[in-house]
Amino acid sequence: MTFSRRTFLQTSAALTATLSAPTILRAQDDVIRIGGLHDLSGAIDSSGIPMNQAMQYAVAQINEAGGLLGRQVEAVTYDPQSNMSLYSQYATQLALRDKVTAVFGGITSASRETIRPIFHRYQTPYFYSCLYEGGVCDRNEITLGTTPAQTVAQLIPNAMNLWGKKVYTVAADYNYGHITAAWIKRYVEENGGELIETEFFPLDTTQFGSTISKIQAAKPDMVMSVLVGTAHLGFYRQWVASGMKGEIPIASTSFGGNGTENVMLTPEEGNGILTAFGYYETVENEKNAEFREGIKAFYPDNPPVLGETSEVTYEAVMIWADAVKEAGSTDRDAILEVIETGKSYLLPAGNVAIDPLTHHAVRDVYIAELRDQKMDIQQKFEAVQPTDTQMVCNLQETPDANVHHEISL
Amino acid sequence: MDYTIIVFLEILRAISWLVILAAGLAIIFGMMKVINFAHGEFLMLGGYITIMSHNAGVPLWISMGVLAPLVVGVFGIIVERLVIRHLYGRIIDSLLATWGLSLLMIGGVTMVFGNTVQGVSTPLGSLSIGAYQVPGYNLLLIGIAVAMMMAIWLVLRFTSAGLIARATMQNPDMAETLGVRTSWVYMATFGLGSAVTGLAGGLLAPLTGVAPSMGVNFVAQSFITVITGGASMIAGTLSAGTLLGTISQGVTFATGPVYGDAALLLAALILLRLLPQGITGRIFRKSL
Repeated sequence: MTFSRRTFLQTSAALTATLSAPTILRAQDDVIRIGGLHDLSGAIDSSGIPMNQAMQYAVAQINEAGGLLGRQVEAVTYDPQSNMSLYSQYATQLALRDKVTAVFGGITSASRETIRPIFHRYQTPYFYSCLYEGGVCDRNEITLGTTPAQTVAQLIPNAMNLWGKKVYTVAADYNYGHITAAWIKRYVEENGGELIETEFFPLDTTQFGSTISKIQAAKPDMVMSVLVGTAHLGFYRQWVASGMKGEIPIASTSFGGNGTENVMLTPEEGNGILTAFGYYETVENEKNAEFREGIKAFYPDNPPVLGETSEVTYEAVMIWADAVKEAGSTDRDAILEVIETGKSYLLPAGNVAIDPLTHHAVRDVYIAELRDQKMDIQQKFEAVQPTDTQMVCNLQETPDANVHHEISL
Repeated sequence: MDYTIIVFLEILRAISWLVILAAGLAIIFGMMKVINFAHGEFLMLGGYITIMSHNAGVPLWISMGVLAPLVVGVFGIIVERLVIRHLYGRIIDSLLATWGLSLLMIGGVTMVFGNTVQGVSTPLGSLSIGAYQVPGYNLLLIGIAVAMMMAIWLVLRFTSAGLIARATMQNPDMAETLGVRTSWVYMATFGLGSAVTGLAGGLLAPLTGVAPSMGVNFVAQSFITVITGGASMIAGTLSAGTLLGTISQGVTFATGPVYGDAALLLAALILLRLLPQGITGRIFRKSL
């Protein structure tokens, strides 16, 4: 039998540890590990840091209440830096080396599609908490964020009722923007409206003068925005500078999803923008009041901005914890079976249940108007189904599915 | 008719925008053949200074027109003394060093100010042209681009500082033998180029979202303009800005921004294939 230096060191270290401190070692082994993969640096760390904070807060709450199955929960987190090769490296590491029982993370669809097949292969339950374009069909993934059909379906009829039937869409030029724009077109037409034009913008576009002139020429009743990122904030700013504020109203299903954009526009620029999401900091219920106060007290120096992405990450950990408790085990199949019963969870965002056919959330959706940098909730829709993913995915018929469908309308 | 005026104004605005974005880079590149890869982050710094000082109560025009160029200019001089001056004539090394600098600046600004900062509204209100309205700020941008080019031309053409600068640009060894301390000229040029970039950053703060990683949105346009323009600062920037601005904005109006961007890249590609030294490598060769 040969020893490499590494295995020798490992073995001897393990031996020493067992001999000298058996109780500590047993306590270490008793920890339930979960993984966190959020972009903690790089261009989208403004989303990743609050998501990670929400996850850590959830873990702390679980531990404070005595842990799970009599064991403490420990989060193993890595910073993939928006780098896809780091994403796949850390995902493999979490599944094989750290042997975590579940993973929470991924922000962009690109990162999700990098790590989802890895967790599928190693059978590590994976929770994805970002709003996205819909279409993932994988029994191993629990998808909790809103999809376009959930938000657009509520926002369009509502806004058309308020403002009129002629709609002009401006959208970001990548798959989220394109798919959401297609849903906008469908719902505008289904509600008897007319879609005048859809324009797409590369993510680095900062100048919107020509588009604003075109909109002025087209005279729509409302503008639907699916613009994404800080460069695109220029649209709202130049819109006001062109004197269009108050002339034509704007609605959006992408503005303010992570809770940062609404504070980057001044009140004069942002007031009146109508949005739809699965969660707002301003949702009024007991659970949310508790969550809002609790997480702010937990991070006194750097309270996270609360938006759909961060609250849904908290949800994901809580839903996982509930499943572990009920199953009495951290085993993948046992957890998934509990989740697939379609039980309803009372969370800060309202009632959430997992649709067993798609493993997507059936959740309450809110419409809110931006007023003085706060989202003022106007309306609540209960138990909205992810109809887009339901069109292409049925996990009871194909439990081994491992795809991301491009939903075309 | 109204629409024609609007299109014309938008094209002028696009040209001015490219000129303002690229001017600082052109000064540094044209004068010293140093490629400042942190150009986008210098713009970002200008934007942050404008917003931070404005939010602290400084009038917008002062924070934009005085503080932003001043601070970024001083920052540029420090960078030149600490980093750039060791790397003259080593184009790849200076490229790497400034790229590292850009990462450092993104990280530093994120640490100090965080990722989210409230912006400022665009000043000057709007202007009605027939059935259309355009931001008054657009006219300011056009005016500043013209003034900027005029100022650089006047300095280079009529002042002794300009004469020394031109001499250093043409033949640094000869200038040195005639008693010009070229390292100071380089330092001053880098500082001036940075200050102009800081001003550009200040000017774009009220137009778009200001965030630590915003530089990347502007760096491509600035580089393409400077490289397409070639070595002469004024003629190069102006000719490339006019050509690329007209093409991209014209196509944007006709089809949409995706094709507008593509047209800009395609035009630059063809131009560089035909004129590898940039426009002023072949045409307007003797100009400034």
